[in-house]
Amino acid sequence: MKFTFSWLRDHLETTASLDEITEALTDLGLEVEGVENPLAKLSGFTIGKVLAAEKHPDADKLRVCKVATGQGETQIICGAPNARAGITVVVASPGTYVPGIDTTIGVGKIRGIDSFGMMCSEREMELSEEHEGIIELPSGEVGQTFADWLAQNDPSKVDPVIEIAITPNRPDALGVRGIARDLAARGLGTLKPRDVDAVPGSFACPVAVTIDADTLDAAPVFYGRLVRGVKNGPSPQWLQDRLRAIGLRPISFLVDVTNFFTYDRNRPLHVFDADKLTGGLRIHRAKGGETMMGLDEKTYTFDPDMTLISDDAGVQSVAGVMGGLPTGVTADTTSVFIEAAYFDRVRTAYTGRALRINSDARYRFERGIDPDWTPVGLEHATRMILDVAGGEASEVVVAGQIPDTRRAYRLDPARVISLVGMDIPEADQRETLTRLGFALDGDMAQVPSWRPDIMGEADLVEEVARIASLTRLQGKPMPRLQTGVPKPILSPLQRREQAGRRTAAALGYNECVTYSFIDKTAANLFGGGDDATMLANPISADLSHLRPALLPGLLRAAARNQARGFPDQALFEIGAVFSGGEPGEQQLQICGLLVGRTGPKDVQGSSRAVDLFDARADADAILAAIGAPAKVQILRGGDAWWHPGRHGRICLGPKKALGIFGEVHPKVLKALDVKGPAVAFTIWPAEIPLPRKTGSTRPALALNDLQAVERDFAFVVDAQVEALNLVNAAGGADKALIAEVRVFDEFIGGSLGEGKKSIALTVRLQPVEATLKEKDIEAISAKIVEKVQKATGGVLRG
Amino acid sequence: MDDLRIKYLTLIADAGDESAIESLRVQAVGKKGEISLQMRELGRMTPEERQTAGPALNALKDEITSALVARKESLADAALDERLRSEWLDVTLPARTRRMGTIHPISQVTEEVTAIFADMGFAVAEGPQVDTDWYNFDALNIPGHHPARAEMDTFYMHRAEGDNRPPHVLRTHTSPVQIRHMEKHGAPCRIIAPGRVYRADYDQTHTPMFNQFEGLAIDRDISMANLKWVLEEFFAAFFEVDGIKTRFRASHFPFTEPSAEVDIQCSWVDGQLKIGEGDGWLEVLGSGMVHPHVLRSANVDPDQWQGFAFGMGIDRIAMLKYGMPDLRAFFDSDLRWLRHYGFASLDVPTLHGGLSR
Repeated sequence: MKFTFSWLRDHLETTASLDEITEALTDLGLEVEGVENPLAKLSGFTIGKVLAAEKHPDADKLRVCKVATGQGETQIICGAPNARAGITVVVASPGTYVPGIDTTIGVGKIRGIDSFGMMCSEREMELSEEHEGIIELPSGEVGQTFADWLAQNDPSKVDPVIEIAITPNRPDALGVRGIARDLAARGLGTLKPRDVDAVPGSFACPVAVTIDADTLDAAPVFYGRLVRGVKNGPSPQWLQDRLRAIGLRPISFLVDVTNFFTYDRNRPLHVFDADKLTGGLRIHRAKGGETMMGLDEKTYTFDPDMTLISDDAGVQSVAGVMGGLPTGVTADTTSVFIEAAYFDRVRTAYTGRALRINSDARYRFERGIDPDWTPVGLEHATRMILDVAGGEASEVVVAGQIPDTRRAYRLDPARVISLVGMDIPEADQRETLTRLGFALDGDMAQVPSWRPDIMGEADLVEEVARIASLTRLQGKPMPRLQTGVPKPILSPLQRREQAGRRTAAALGYNECVTYSFIDKTAANLFGGGDDATMLANPISADLSHLRPALLPGLLRAAARNQARGFPDQALFEIGAVFSGGEPGEQQLQICGLLVGRTGPKDVQGSSRAVDLFDARADADAILAAIGAPAKVQILRGGDAWWHPGRHGRICLGPKKALGIFGEVHPKVLKALDVKGPAVAFTIWPAEIPLPRKTGSTRPALALNDLQAVERDFAFVVDAQVEALNLVNAAGGADKALIAEVRVFDEFIGGSLGEGKKSIALTVRLQPVEATLKEKDIEAISAKIVEKVQKATGGVLRG
Repeated sequence: MDDLRIKYLTLIADAGDESAIESLRVQAVGKKGEISLQMRELGRMTPEERQTAGPALNALKDEITSALVARKESLADAALDERLRSEWLDVTLPARTRRMGTIHPISQVTEEVTAIFADMGFAVAEGPQVDTDWYNFDALNIPGHHPARAEMDTFYMHRAEGDNRPPHVLRTHTSPVQIRHMEKHGAPCRIIAPGRVYRADYDQTHTPMFNQFEGLAIDRDISMANLKWVLEEFFAAFFEVDGIKTRFRASHFPFTEPSAEVDIQCSWVDGQLKIGEGDGWLEVLGSGMVHPHVLRSANVDPDQWQGFAFGMGIDRIAMLKYGMPDLRAFFDSDLRWLRHYGFASLDVPTLHGGLSR
C-alpha cells in the first residue's frame, strides 16, 4: 500500500515529521517497506540569480555566468541554451551531490576558465525528465533553499511516498484514512472529518438494479446512480500527481475517481458508460460458460456460482473483481453509472483466484471493506464527479440491504495487562479503543464496521497493545516449570539421532541435508514415486515426489560432486523418508554413501576402491553407538536397488531389520549418473529395541586369570556357503569355553577346485575352572570340526 | 695371573663381533677355559696358597666375565647405531590420509538452540511433515478463505480420485506441532519444535524446503514480557553477545493475538553485518500470545491457560551467526561447502563448554 505524506495529511491534522510518522507506522504493525523522499536528494541546492552571461572565449556553446548566490557572487560556466542574465536558477555549489548525474560538484576549470558550481535542470535533480535547459524559476530569493521553494510552490514534486506492508487482518489500512486513524489513535495528530453532504438526485435513475434472491449472500447490497452530462477528460493535476506518486497511471477522470477512493477510503467503485448499457443491471450467480472481455482486454469464461453483473446484452462486470471493456468508461463518455456495492469476501477471493485476476478491487473485497460506508462512498464519488466533470446526478438506486455486522466484545483490562505484561491503565485502554472507532458501552466494545478482523476479546487486546506500543515492552524472567538442575529433555530416538550423526561424522562422512522431495525417476528406483507421495503442485519436476529413501538424494548429490571433480566421497544424511502421503507415514533413516576410493592415491599405497565391508564397518559402528545389540544376523533378500549378491540386511531376526549395507545396483548408479564403485548403508534407528535397564549400574566385570588358548582351523566348503554359518557352528561346539570365533582368511578356487573355497577360523578358548590340557583342547577341536561339518559340509583342509 | 688378565682384557677389547666374544668366553671362562683350568688347580694347593690364589682367581673370572658382557653390549650398540644410520626416511612425505567428516550447520545450530532452550526448561517436540490442512491451517485459526493460506505458497499432496477429504499439505510451518503437543500433553507446557517446513518459493533467501523451530510456553500467567525475556536470553546465548536488545513490533499472525515481529539489534559496518551492536534492527522472527482459538483447537481452556508462541528460521539464524550468504547452498551438498561450513564431529554444543567454535 502506497500513499504520499500530503495525502495522509488530508486526513490527519499533524505536526509530526516524516520520520516520526514512519517510525510509528512500523511500530503500529503497518510496517514501512520504503520511503521515497525527493527532499532528501535536494539538500544543498539553493536559489541563485544570473547577473551576467557572456560567451566563453574558447567555446561557442558555453557561457561564463556571474551568478548571485547565498554566499555572494560567483562564476559558473554553463552550457545550457537558456543561460542568460536575469533568470532565477537553481545552483549546486561545490560539494553538492547531484543525483541525476551521480556526481559531487567540485571547483573546476572549463576550457581554461574557473567554474564554481553548476546550474541545474530538472532531470539533474531527478524531478522530471526535463533537460532542455536549466530551470528558470518564476520566483524565489537568492540564497533560499530550493527544497523550501518547492515545498511552497510545487509541493507535489517533493511529496514523500510511503509504502507499507498490510497484514491480511487490516483491510481498513488499505485506505489512507485507516492509516490516519491508527496514527491519530497513537497520538500523532487528529483525524480530519472530511465529510460531504449527500447529493440530491434530480431525476429517477434510469438504470434499474436487481439482485437475484440466491445471490444475496454473495452480493448483499448494491448502490448506484447515474450522472448525465458529464465531460470526461484528463484528471485535475492534483489527482494525476497523487495517482502517479503511488504508481498508478491516470486514465481519465471518471476512472481516476474510482482509483482515488479505492486508495483513499478502501472503497472500490466501478463506473459504467450508461449509454452502452442495455436495460437494467442484474447481479446473479454464473450458470457457467458465460464470457466477458475485461478492462484488461482479456476474455474470461465463468464457472458456476461466480458472482456476475449483467445487463440485457450479457455479462458486463465480474462482481468485486473487474469490469467489462464494452461498457467501460472512455474519454467520450457523457453519462456515467456509478456502482458502490458490497461483495462477499470468500466468494470474491474464490472468483479472483479461479480467474487469476489480481485487481485492486479484488484485493480489497476479499480482505473486507466497510459495508456501512457503501452509500457514503457513492455520495463522495458523485460529489467529486459533479465538481470536476459537471453534469446532473440521478436519484440513488438501491438493491439489497447493507449486511448487519454489528457485534461487541468484552474489554477485560486486567486480562489485557496479564497477556501483554505491560501496565496499561484501564482509562488508556478505553481511550485507545474509542479513538480506533469502537463504541464503548460499559465493558462492552462495539466493533466499528470497517474492522471485519475483530472477532473476539483477544482482538481487543491486540488493538490496545499495538497502540500502546510493544516497543515499550520490558522483558520479564520466566521461571522454569521445575526449579533446580534442568532434567534431560531428549527422547531416546532424539538421542539416537544425535549419536548416529556424531558417529557418522567421526567416521569421516560429510553430513548432507537434501530436499525431502525428489524426481519421479529417482523415487521409482527406490520403491517410491507413486501417486500417494506425489505433490499436487511441485515447484519443479525435479522435486515432485516425497522421497522413499535417503539414498537417491545422496546419490544425486554424489553425482553433482563427481561432476565438480570430487571422485571420492563419503556422504551421509539423517532424516525422514515417506512411505505414504498420510501424516505419520514417515520414518527416520540414517544413510551413508561411499563413492570412489578410500582416499586419494598416496605414498603408502593404502588407497583402494571402497567395498561393501567399508559400509558394513561403518554401519556396525553407528549401530553400536546408538545402542543396537552386538549380536546380529546378516541376511540377504534386501530391496532391488542393491546388488543382488552383494548386500546384507543387519537383522535381529528374519523380520526385524535394523539396517542394510551393500553395493548399490549398477543400473541405479547408471540411472543417477554416478560413477561407481558405490557402497552404502541405511539404518532405521526406531527399529532398535529400547533397552530394558532402568538404572545406570553396569553388570559386574568377570575377569578370568586362566590362560586363554587360540587354535586355527581351515575348512573347505562350497563357495556359496556363508562364513557366518561356520562361525556359528564352531561357536556352538562349547558355549562355555569358546569365547570368540574369528574368520581370518578366505581362499577361493586354486587347488581347491571349481566351486570350493577355504575359510580359516581362529577359535579362542577361555578356560573357566582349570587350565586346559592338550587332550581337552583336542577334544574341543574335534567337536568344532564335527559341528562345522554337520552344519556346512565343510571338511578340515589337509 | 696378571699375564692372563692382560692377555684376555686385550683380546676382549679387540674382539670385532659377537662370535669372537663367544670364543673368548669359552677360551677363558668356559668349562675347559684357561681360568677354569687354573681354578681346578686350587685343590692341589696348600691351604695357605689357596687362601690367596682362590679369591684372586675368582676376582679374575668376574672381571673377565664383566668385560665380555660390556664388550658385547658395546658391539650391539654400535651395530644398532649403524643400522639406524641407514634407516633414514623422508619425514616430509605425507602421512596416510584420514577422511574428516562434518556436521551440517542446520544440525549444529539445531543442537545449539536445543541446548539453550533445554536450560530454560523447554523440551523438544516433533510432528509429521505431511499434515492435514486442519492441523496446518484450521486449528491455527487460518480458515479456508483466509488470505494467509494463499500467501503461504503451500505445497499440497495429490488426492486420489474419489477421496474427497481436503488435500494434505507439506507443513508450511512448525506451528501444527503446537496443536499436536497440547492435544497429547495439555497444559502447562514448554516446548520447542525444530524441523523441516515447506513453501513453494525459490531465490537466494528462499528454498522450497527450509528449517524452523517453534517455541511454545503455556501456563497460568505467561505474558509477552516473558516472551521478550526468553528471546533476549536466547539471542544473548546464541550470538554470544551479552545484553543484546530486541524490538517488538506489532504485527499479525492468525494464530497469535497480540502478535509481534521481533527485530534484533545489529549494525552494518563496511557491508558486514554485526549482531548485537549498533542501532539498526534486523527482523528475525514472528511471535505472539497464543490465540484462544488455537488453545481451544488443542482442547486447552483459554480461560485457564495462556502463553506465547514463536517461530524462527534455523537456517536464517545459522546464516546470521556463521556468515553463510546463500540459503540454496544449504541443500546442494557441495563437498566444498560442507567442508567449509560444516562442524567437527566432537564440536558438540553445550552451555558449559560453549556453543560455537
